[in-house]
Order: sequence, then C-alpha cells, then structure tokens
Amino acid sequence: MTKTKTEMDSVLRSRRFRLEREADWLKLEDLLARVAKGGAAALTNDELVDLPRVYRSTLSALSVARSTSLDKNVIAYLESLSTRAYFFLYGSRASLSDRFMSFLRRDWPLSVRAIWRETVVALAITLLAGAAAFSLVMNDADWFYSFAPADLAGDRSPAASTESLRSTLYDGGGEGLSVFATFLFTHNARVAIFAFALGFAFCIPTVFLLAYNGCVLGAFLALFVSRNLGFELGGWLLIHGVTELFAIILAGAAGLKIGWAVANPGDQTRLAAVAAAGRTASLAVFGVIIMLFLAGLLEGFGRQLITNDLVRYAVALSTGVLWWLYFYGGRVAHEGGLHGEADTRL
Amino acid sequence: MARPTRAYNADAGDTALERRFVTPEGVDLRLQLASAGERAAAFCIDVFAIVAILTVVSLLLGYTGLATEADEVVIIVWLLLFFFLRSFYFTFFELRPGAATPGKRVLGLRIAPRNGGRLRAEAVFARNAMREIEVFLPISFFFAQGPGGVDGWIIFVGSIWGGIFAFFPLFNRDRLRPGDMIAGTWVVKAPKRRLQEDMARAGEEALPAFQFSAEELDAYGAHELHVLEDVLRTRNEDTIALVADRIRTKIGRNAAPDEDDATFLDAYYAALRARLEQLLLFGVKRRDKHDRDAKP
Repeated sequence: MTKTKTEMDSVLRSRRFRLEREADWLKLEDLLARVAKGGAAALTNDELVDLPRVYRSTLSALSVARSTSLDKNVIAYLESLSTRAYFFLYGSRASLSDRFMSFLRRDWPLSVRAIWRETVVALAITLLAGAAAFSLVMNDADWFYSFAPADLAGDRSPAASTESLRSTLYDGGGEGLSVFATFLFTHNARVAIFAFALGFAFCIPTVFLLAYNGCVLGAFLALFVSRNLGFELGGWLLIHGVTELFAIILAGAAGLKIGWAVANPGDQTRLAAVAAAGRTASLAVFGVIIMLFLAGLLEGFGRQLITNDLVRYAVALSTGVLWWLYFYGGRVAHEGGLHGEADTRL
Repeated sequence: MARPTRAYNADAGDTALERRFVTPEGVDLRLQLASAGERAAAFCIDVFAIVAILTVVSLLLGYTGLATEADEVVIIVWLLLFFFLRSFYFTFFELRPGAATPGKRVLGLRIAPRNGGRLRAEAVFARNAMREIEVFLPISFFFAQGPGGVDGWIIFVGSIWGGIFAFFPLFNRDRLRPGDMIAGTWVVKAPKRRLQEDMARAGEEALPAFQFSAEELDAYGAHELHVLEDVLRTRNEDTIALVADRIRTKIGRNAAPDEDDATFLDAYYAALRARLEQLLLFGVKRRDKHDRDAKP
C-alpha cells in the first residue's frame, strides 16, 4: 500500500509521456490541416523538412502509447493522426495536370497496347455481327427493323425513297446541330463506360453490346448498299466513325480484359488479377472518352461542313493513321512497363 | 510499402472490420473499414448533392434560356453538366488530397489502395466507372416498364442480376464494391479526432486526499477504466453520483463526511490508471474486472 502511495506522488508516467511529446503531435496536426487546405505549397521549406520528423515521432509515440498508456483518448487520437499523416506522406501529391500530361505521354498508348489481344477480339466480334446483319438485310429488307433502333434510324428505313436516303447523308439539318453532337457524345461516352463496367460479368454482356453495335452498322450498310449509296454512306460514317468505332471497340476490349481476369485469373489470386486488369483497362477507357469527345466534334462540325465524299474519306483516313501512330507507332519510354516506373514518379 | 492483412490481435475493439496495416516504419495502423451502412449513408449524401446541383443549375439555365432565347447553348451546357456530374462527380472529389467525396468526408471516410501503395488516378476513375452497373443498371431495370409477359420476366431477372452488383459489399468481408475490386481500393475510416484533456490531471490534484489500497485498485481492469474516462469527460452529475456509488460498494469503501463524488472519481481514476499502467510495464494487461488471472 505504501508503495502505491509513493508512486502516486509523482506524475503518472503516461501523463509525463504525453506532456513531453504532445507538441510534435499538435504540430503534425497543424501541418496536415494546412496542407489539406492549400496543398504542399502552403508550407515553408523548414516545415516541409520537419513534416517527416514529426510524423515518425507521432508514429513511435503511437507504439509506445499502445503498450504503456491506458489513456483511451490519446491512443485514439494518435491512431487517427498517424493514419491521416500516412495517407498524406505516402499518397500521391502530383497535380491533376501533371497526371494528365503523363497520361497523354505514356499511360494511354501503353494501356491501349496492353489490351491489343482483346482489341482484336472485339474488332472480330463487331465485324462478324456486322457481316451477319448485312447479309440478312440484303436478303430480306424487313430484317432491318430488327436491328436498327427506331430513334437512331429516324427516317432512314427500307420504306424511304433512295432520294430521301441520299439527302440524309448530306443535309446537315442546320438548327440543333451542336445539341445533337453533344447528345451523341454524352450518350456514346456512357455506352463506352457501360461496356467497360459490364465486362465484370465474365465478358458476356460486353460481347453482346459489341455484337449489337456491329449489327446496327451492318444493317445500315446493307440498306444503303442496296440503293447503291454504299460509297457515300462510307464517307458519311467514317469521317467520325474511324474515331468513334475505334473508341467503342477499345471500350469493349477493356471490358473483355476485366471479364477475362475475373474468369481466368491465372497465377494470381482472383482479386489481384482483377485489380491489375482494372488498372490497365480503366486507363484505356478514360482515353476512350477523350476519343468520343473528338468524334463528337468531327460528327457535329466536320461532317456538316464537309459534304464532299472524297474529302470525307481523306479526313477518315488521316484520323485513322494518326490514332494508329499514336497508339502503336511511337516509342514510349518503357522502363518498368505500364505501372512499374510510375510508382516513383507520381 | 505497407502490407495489410487480416486483424489478428484480440485486444482490438471491432475486429470484424479492423485490418492490420503496417507502415514502412513498422507500426500497425489497425485500419478500420467503413461499414456498409456508412457507405450507403455517404452515397445518399452525394446523390442528394448531385440532384441539388442539377436542380439549381436547371432552374438558372431555364431562367437565362427564357431571358436570352439562347436555348441551344443552354441545352448543351445542361447535357454536358449532367454527363460530368454522373460520370465524374465522385472521381473529381476522390482525386483531391482528402480522397473523399463530400458525403464520405461528412462520415469521416476515405478511399485507400488495398496494397498500401499510392492511390492512382486510374484506380479512382475505375472504381467510379463501375457505378454504371452498380447503381444505374439496377435502377433502370427497377423502373423499366414492361407490358407484362416476356418483358416482365426479363425485367424481373434483370433486377435480380442488377441487385447482385448493387448489394455486392454485403457479400464479402472487406465490404468491396465491384468498383473497389477493379480498382484495388477499399474504403477506410479516417476521422479527425481532437486531443482532449488528460483526465488524470484533475485526479492527480485530488489524489493526496485519498488513499487507495492495492486491493481497492485491483477491483477493475482496463475496460472499466475507459468507461470511467468517458464518464469523467461528460461530467454528468447524475451519472457521476451513480458510478461513484457503484465503485464505493464494489471496493467496500465508505464516503468520507464531506467527500465530493466527482473528486472521488477523479482520484480513483488516476490511482487506477497508475496501477494498471504499472502492471502493463510488467507485461500484464488486465482487460476487465473478470480478468482475475492477470497478476504480476
């Protein structure tokens, strides 16, 4: 009893510990609060140097407190402070514009290259479905109604006269033009994100989506070819279609990549395989949205301003060559592959 | 990099959602994952914010559209705004240093990579792109209107299929959405806590007036000490009187003539903490009053 009494006369060990160390903790808290508001630029050089020191001091205080202190509030406080500091110090501090530039310079082309197998498969599915729909509609025009959605087809149907079909290819429609382009962009971008997300269900819905897209194309092509307007339709379609169809095929390929990793993870655990596939595929899909935006511009403005078939084909060809060179042609810095090196940079 | 694994330590509170997460400095941060309820609440706040923004902007645009007759521009702005809110609201906020949407921030949550590395922009984009099938797909099935017959069945089957994605976090231990799986992320608690006053300070001033025997201090363990800490922090008079009575009965001690309940509790808290911390130094952790074997 006397022993307990004499120890009580001095300050509690855990209290003394807190009194000695709490200046560092409060400093760390203050630095984190200022960084959260104004980014790393809000700190002076001295403070930036001091940040890792007070972080380590807080972490070691957490270990000590856990094994020697029974002050619940101090332990909870140190846990939350250390966690927040960890996420700041080991989190990404690159600015959004830096990240975007590195996306354009290397991550986008590398991710598109990384899914080339899936791209070939997605292209094959689209072409097969297109060919099937094409031959069906060529044999019996009524099949057209099974493939083409009424709102997309508008007055382009087997019932329309050849003359009115021709006019849909060159008549810009004037009013509401850019509204339509915006609508198509947002619609297509959502379909692309959807094709990517649906890949999670073992590829199957993505395959359907790609096949359906191919069918619509084949049906339209058959309708116009049957009226000897095939060449003209090609120009009308490809001036933006090279970009847009490529984008949709890439989105489908990204979905297939994920679905394949879910179904067949290989040597990794399923979760690790899906996460790795998801990183590559999501880079490609973010790029797809940019492509669809450009396609929307080409469709909304380029196609309405350019009504000469040959010029339309020339634009289509040059966009195709540009995309090809950008994705597959360049020599991108390749150390460490798509994700290895970025770890140290970003 | 830090490697998280499942929680192993028995002294932790809610172990079901606690994950071992060792920093490069070798300290286990014991991350708490967000529960499904907190996730849902945060999501509701965000949806409410999106709808509020859309409503306000729609009204403003409608007003300016009527005033200037530039309806084409108005429609374009509205379409783009709708698209960006739907596809990039979550991505935009989670790319900021806090890695949390306003809804998550309100609930003290943030996203973090499961492997302890850096949070990548593409991971944030991926986890939110998956909302198309987790949220919008089930909703579109749910509100789809079929004339009955085959269409009705398709909608029914589709709703179940979409529901699997929507309720995915309930089916796995780490509360992962499909988006978290694709992105390699999870949602953790990172609340801001304040450093409050040390409750032993008042106790140490009060202590000289009291003397507690070792038996009196052995009546309780760490759990009761923490409850007592909360009681002293809230300083509710009725609770303090009640708890003081309980403790006096338990340790068989009569109140001195003009003894103040709060002062008694302050002193007992400081004495108990000193005693238990001393035991801790000898490697003995007495968890609660039933933990009788824990003696040096």
